Amino acid sequence: MTIQYQIRPGAYYDSVILMQLQKSLAGLPGVTDAGVVMATPANRELLAASGFALAGIEAKADDLLIIVTGESETAVADAIAQVGDLLQQRRTTAAQAYRPHSLKAAAANLPAAEWVLISVPGRFAAAVADEALDLGKHVFLYSDNVSLEDEVELKQKARAKGLLLMGPDCGTAVINGVGLGFANRVRRGDIGIVAASGTGLQAVNAEIHNLGGGVSQAIGTGGRDLKAAVGGVTARQALDWLRRDPQTNVIVLISKPPSEQVAADLLRDAQHAGKPVVVNFIGFPPPGRRLGNLIFASGLTDAAEHAVQISFAKAAQLTQKRRPLHGYLRGLFSGGTLAYEMLLGLQTILSPLYSNLSSDPEKRLADLTTSQANTIIDLGEDEFTQGRLHPMMDNDLRLRRLRQETADPGVDLIVLDVVLGEGAHPDPAGELAPAIAAAKKAGKRVVAIVVGTEDDPQDLNDQIERLAAAGATVFPNVNEALDYVYNRLPAAENAAPSVSFNSGELAAINVGLESFYDSIKAQGGTAVQVDWRPPAGGNEKLMAILAKMKEMKK
Amino acid sequence: MNIEQANETAVTRMMAARPILKTVAPARDVIPRMRKNLLLHAGPPIAWERASGPMRGAIVGALIYEGLAKDWDSAEHLVTSGQIDLEPCHEHGAAGPMAGLISASMKVYVMENVTHGNKAYSGLNEGYGKVLRYGAYSEEVLTKLRWMNDVMGPILADALALGDGLDIRALLAESLHMGDEGHNRNKAGSLLFTTKLAPLIAKVVDDKETEAKILQFLGDNALSVLNPVMAACKAMADAGHGVAGSTIMTVMARNGTDLGIRVSGLGDQWFTGPVGQPKGLYFPGFTEEDASGDIGDSTITETAGIGAFAMASAPAIVTFISGTPELALNTTLKMYEITHGEHTAFTIPALGFRGTPVGVDIRKVVELGIRPQINTGIAHKDAGVGQVGAGLVLPPMNVFEEALVAYAERYLG
Repeated sequence: MTIQYQIRPGAYYDSVILMQLQKSLAGLPGVTDAGVVMATPANRELLAASGFALAGIEAKADDLLIIVTGESETAVADAIAQVGDLLQQRRTTAAQAYRPHSLKAAAANLPAAEWVLISVPGRFAAAVADEALDLGKHVFLYSDNVSLEDEVELKQKARAKGLLLMGPDCGTAVINGVGLGFANRVRRGDIGIVAASGTGLQAVNAEIHNLGGGVSQAIGTGGRDLKAAVGGVTARQALDWLRRDPQTNVIVLISKPPSEQVAADLLRDAQHAGKPVVVNFIGFPPPGRRLGNLIFASGLTDAAEHAVQISFAKAAQLTQKRRPLHGYLRGLFSGGTLAYEMLLGLQTILSPLYSNLSSDPEKRLADLTTSQANTIIDLGEDEFTQGRLHPMMDNDLRLRRLRQETADPGVDLIVLDVVLGEGAHPDPAGELAPAIAAAKKAGKRVVAIVVGTEDDPQDLNDQIERLAAAGATVFPNVNEALDYVYNRLPAAENAAPSVSFNSGELAAINVGLESFYDSIKAQGGTAVQVDWRPPAGGNEKLMAILAKMKEMKK
Repeated sequence: MNIEQANETAVTRMMAARPILKTVAPARDVIPRMRKNLLLHAGPPIAWERASGPMRGAIVGALIYEGLAKDWDSAEHLVTSGQIDLEPCHEHGAAGPMAGLISASMKVYVMENVTHGNKAYSGLNEGYGKVLRYGAYSEEVLTKLRWMNDVMGPILADALALGDGLDIRALLAESLHMGDEGHNRNKAGSLLFTTKLAPLIAKVVDDKETEAKILQFLGDNALSVLNPVMAACKAMADAGHGVAGSTIMTVMARNGTDLGIRVSGLGDQWFTGPVGQPKGLYFPGFTEEDASGDIGDSTITETAGIGAFAMASAPAIVTFISGTPELALNTTLKMYEITHGEHTAFTIPALGFRGTPVGVDIRKVVELGIRPQINTGIAHKDAGVGQVGAGLVLPPMNVFEEALVAYAERYLG
């Protein structure tokens, strides 16, 4: 067994080329194994882990390190001698028309390009993305190892410019019928997809196609987009874009577990899409099956099926415009489970939301006698019933609280439950109706959930009529009450300029993996490949100076 | 401070400069701080000890021409003993091809940038064969030099005095549309130059023989206009020099040993590195083995946005490196990536009359790792043999990196 290596200083090749070279070398006669990497500390570790002895090899991060093991000195030396030719082959087949080296030159070459695909090594990716945004381009950022801070900064910048930044670590998207990155070939149609999950997007894409449906646009956001720190910037922009896109009739929203706040914002946006939105947040309890225009799917396949069904039915009915909530919601419940069901349904869409039922100390009501922001109270909890009857029998406490909420200028909607039946108060409407009327008079809206039957001693219909006469909107269950709320959510704040792009033929600039460029061309898109090299040859000192000079420009 | 704005100022000044050939005069009368014991040479500063073959030969020739030395040994002694000073042409507003030697009594073209008032100088071109600029110093060489200085020089001065001078920027703009790039290929430009001078020369020369000899000398030499072009480029580049905060390269020059650059915002500091070995086509009987290191101030053309930068307008030139016309086009396209702007006076028909790439920005050179392309003649490494080929060469990367570091120290604290 013999081992030899070669260092090519300052030679940069993208990793796909190097992997191909590695494969070619390993396949030569007498060669046991080969490693071809840019000699970064991480790559050296990888090589060491796969059994290459690296002691004594002095190579810098920007050097190309080629290491070959084999049966004999000659076999190994022969293999190493072929490196130049193998690299040359790759290059000459690629060399055709002029390839720009900078994004700026590429943009001048193909002014129609609205998209820049970036798949350079992570530590360089943010700077390239930043430059693309400066040039007014939407970005598909495939590179990973981009810091969270950089992601937030880039996305804020993109948002302020009305540009979309997909990624980092965005593996897939379909724009104008052309798959970017790893993407299945799917027919064009009227289903738009927003996904914070690469394989999720691919799975739904493929399933939609296989079910006979088609995709208008599929936008990946990068896996961290729905984390609180990022705030779902890209997903919200994408949703807004699909909302306005005349070619999209149904929207599918997919994510790995999102942050609660971001999910709430996103669902509020979705609520205002004016189109059916199929939602599948993995690992996130859906508040119901169907609320307003939102359809909560149980999984990726289910999401695709729903979307295709709606697409086929062309059931893209626009939701009616209703007066949106302009203040807080206060739920005053006598039934614990009803209160809990309401709380779960609202927690995805209303924030902040407090309750005496919440197990999360941050969301627990600090003072039981005073509501905070949006509040759901179960007045049947022990802390309220000490020394008094349960609120199903005694409305006194609820009436007092109702007056309190009525007097609160921050409140818009009050939700009550009225549970009828044996043992309950003989005439809850008789006591509640005047208080409801007073609330109405004070400009509040009141929803009453009435649970009972026609055979109950209180007479269900009579109770409903009197509550309605006092001004309450009456529902027979929590789900319908939630639906009422969902249909009245105010639009989440999004003051940024809208994203727009030409939905005709795709024109893009590719920086990084050449296979992405080939793939766009093969799918009928127009593309320019940038002959990218690490800035300043990867020299940290010079890069720092250049970065400082760029900062001065701003 | 705004770098972009500083560069915009520097490059706008370079493009607005209008170099007019005013006259021909002895160096000592017109070049600042010129003196009897001073020789100007191409490239950054160089001492005898490190000078290349052609540079040494040219120094010897110039000293014999001036009557200060009689042979190689006495010339070498004068220089190494410090009795003769060597200074770069570029430190005196001048630019010389190959070894670029200018001595006190030699006649030089006087170029005036009528927009900004600065002047630039370059010697008279000797043509091909055994010439001083390649380090030849035989009697034959010196005889030709004397004729140029004593006969042709005064006639050119008289001829130019008849008019308002020759607008070399306009001449270049025209020759770029006729297949020249202004550095390695000046065929069209030299004919235009001769055509414009001919009627003036005819008016000031009585002797038909002399007139015919001068016109033939200018017309036969496809490099006649190279020296006025270099002086013009020097006048344009100098107009962009000295803008505080600018990262635009205003000088790039080689002495056969080192290549040096200067940067607009970095004053008179040179950044030097070892010259490259040109790749190209060799005349029959010569190979790369015979070549001197890259030499000459003619890279002032690339500095001013022509030469290799305008290669797209001179596709014929790629035969030097057995390339395709596409290579010429691609070279120009590549240079756009490291330059600040596109020239308003020089345009390229093949690129839809786009302006030539002008104003090398050292930031872009370092960031993209793209070095300014140079088209050049190749000198023999031994003094006096002459030109052995022509081809392409690149400057060393370190000069740009070091200039960037110096910039950071000066401006970024």
